[in-house]
Amino acid sequence: MTNHPEFLEHPGNAALLAGRQGEYLLPSAMPVQLITADGTAHTGGKYKQNYPLPDAATLLEGYGQLVLGRRINEQAGALVRQGRMAVYPSSFGQEACQAAAYMALRRNDWLFGTYRDTVAIMGRGVLPMEVFESLRGDWHSGFDPYQYNTALPATSLATQLPHAVGVAHAAKLRGEDTVVLALCGDGATSEGDFHVALNFAAVFHVPVVFLIQNNQYAISVPLIHQSVAPSLAHKAIGYGMPGERVDGNDLAALLSVLGSAVERARNGGGPALVEAHTYRMESHTNADDATRYRSSEEVAQWAPKDPLLRLKKYLHDAGHLGSAEAERFAVAADAVAKTLRDGMNTQSTPEPLDMFRFVYSEPTPQLREQSSLLAAELAAAQEGSVS
Amino acid sequence: MTAMAVNHAELAGVQQLTFAKALTLAMSDSMAADASVIVFGEDVGTLGGVFRVTDGLQARFGEERCFDTPLAESGIVGMATGMAINGMRPVVELQFDAFAFPGFEQIVSHVAKMGNRTRGNIRLPLVIRIPYAGGIGGVEHHCDSSEGYYVHTPGLTVLTPSTVEDAYVLLRDSISSPDPVVFMEPKKLYFSKATLDLDALRARYTPASERGGANAVPSSIGHAAVVRAGTDATLIAYGPSVAPALAAAETAATEGRSLQVIDVRSLVPFDDETICAAVRSTGRAVVIAEAPGFASMAAEIAARIQERCFHSLAAPVLRVTGFDIPYPAPKLEQHYLPGVDRILDAVDKLQWEES
Repeated sequence: MTNHPEFLEHPGNAALLAGRQGEYLLPSAMPVQLITADGTAHTGGKYKQNYPLPDAATLLEGYGQLVLGRRINEQAGALVRQGRMAVYPSSFGQEACQAAAYMALRRNDWLFGTYRDTVAIMGRGVLPMEVFESLRGDWHSGFDPYQYNTALPATSLATQLPHAVGVAHAAKLRGEDTVVLALCGDGATSEGDFHVALNFAAVFHVPVVFLIQNNQYAISVPLIHQSVAPSLAHKAIGYGMPGERVDGNDLAALLSVLGSAVERARNGGGPALVEAHTYRMESHTNADDATRYRSSEEVAQWAPKDPLLRLKKYLHDAGHLGSAEAERFAVAADAVAKTLRDGMNTQSTPEPLDMFRFVYSEPTPQLREQSSLLAAELAAAQEGSVS
Repeated sequence: MTAMAVNHAELAGVQQLTFAKALTLAMSDSMAADASVIVFGEDVGTLGGVFRVTDGLQARFGEERCFDTPLAESGIVGMATGMAINGMRPVVELQFDAFAFPGFEQIVSHVAKMGNRTRGNIRLPLVIRIPYAGGIGGVEHHCDSSEGYYVHTPGLTVLTPSTVEDAYVLLRDSISSPDPVVFMEPKKLYFSKATLDLDALRARYTPASERGGANAVPSSIGHAAVVRAGTDATLIAYGPSVAPALAAAETAATEGRSLQVIDVRSLVPFDDETICAAVRSTGRAVVIAEAPGFASMAAEIAARIQERCFHSLAAPVLRVTGFDIPYPAPKLEQHYLPGVDRILDAVDKLQWEES
């Protein structure tokens, strides 16, 4: 926390900073890892730090979520290749971050995600077709954020982060114990709103946990061109909040680190920044060609670090994952994939006049006029097609 | 808190108020009526704002309901958006027109679009107060007329008062609105004064449960005002330009020409009905605004009149606006601002010889 001598001498400031002094803010020297890429649990040392391994039931549930997340990414990718969906920014390879994001939260907490966080948003309970409605091109959203305490995925980078701070600030003023988890990527840390949101969160001491999914690329631009900070997690100390970094392909570590940050925020400890080191295994979207900016050797190096492989091996070796559980997870994931396929195969006909309905609580006289114009065009077209 | 702080609750009855104080009272009365109304921005707490518009609010309502923020307008608007999502009615101050621009992305990409994007599930009842326009001898970045950017953005309500009474009424209506409002305050009017009957004004906002069956007074949003009757031509102005329009009408009257003056008040939604009825009654119109005229609010008004009143017009609709240049230095602004002479010159050009 702050170290300005002038600041500390100013009357009243001691009360503002009560409980915030003396905390260690720098991230661990190495990203926290609890289970290695080959499925072995650390028992101590520089990777584990003091983070506890989640219990077997939690890890088993988490593995089921990874299976589901992977299946959603595969299915969405297939739908795009078949031309049944225009675009899909995939979180293939980042499923551990996606699962940890929603598993760390309670129902009444809030999640703010981005266009790449479809899996995390579905994890909040949003129905598959509600999430995919915007990807199908029917409307800019498909669900009511209040129903799930989940914001619509943000497309303009980092702009959702100040909203997360505001939601947390309002909850704090009302004395609620809501925590807000705000997601962004490594590229978004270069945006002004990233800075603004972290600073506001720290100054107002609100319960927001920022999770950066550092998947190494902002479309084609690698991290070295975004930042030369020791790590993105190191940025936290500049705002007076703790930063931590974690192996983003290790669900156990993510659950432990995020769980601790969320708990701290819920208990009035204020905001925290977590950087998850992961990798975007696919192109930015289907419209992108990753071979233009990275080698297949580089991608291949990340394949053995896959979040599913290591947790599967760990749970299997520990005797927690039998064939019955594995089958159950696969069946559940297939059912969601089928819902997606079926949903994308149904014809959708968005209502054109809806374009005017929601711009204001009540359409202005000008919008009523324009709506009538379009209604008349539609009626004329209808008449033309009938006669 | 400070010695200057006024006890707003005790201000009642017939009072002489400044424009700035009427704005303060509108916020204070709204905060007293609704605990979800909060005020924040730069210097709005202890100082009471650089124009003292939030003077006394922190003293009366405490530091949780009126507070200073870090100096970042995108954070102010962005946090207000989040607070409005989560049950609050923020009223934020962006200190000067040109200092609002760091918050522009939040306003355009989120504030304006949220209702439409969520099919009406999220409404953002927030007010963004922006002191704007010139005439105060301000340095660079302190005198922009930036309303054009906001009126061009669907989803925003954009209001600008020109009288002390409207300062109170329009701001209270803005705070009550379920939709986001960009509230543009003409800086040069902050210290203008008028005598108001506060009891009568406040009675307009009596909650339904206490009105005893009387109807609520309709919101001012979407309603222009005819501020001077006249029969020969219509001057259409808003915010800081209403006063020169009225002065021009006064001078014209001494020369035998009867000019009607309209205060647009609500730039969005625009009151086509009142304004077109006025222009049809006179057959001639001049639109007056401080902002550069190219692709401006004044341009939109002129186009709308031409589309809707063509057969009632005896002359082309003319505009008297700022020049298409960056706002000039203080010693030059007198040449830039639409003044009485330039307005009367435009009126003279309305093809009187043919009528």
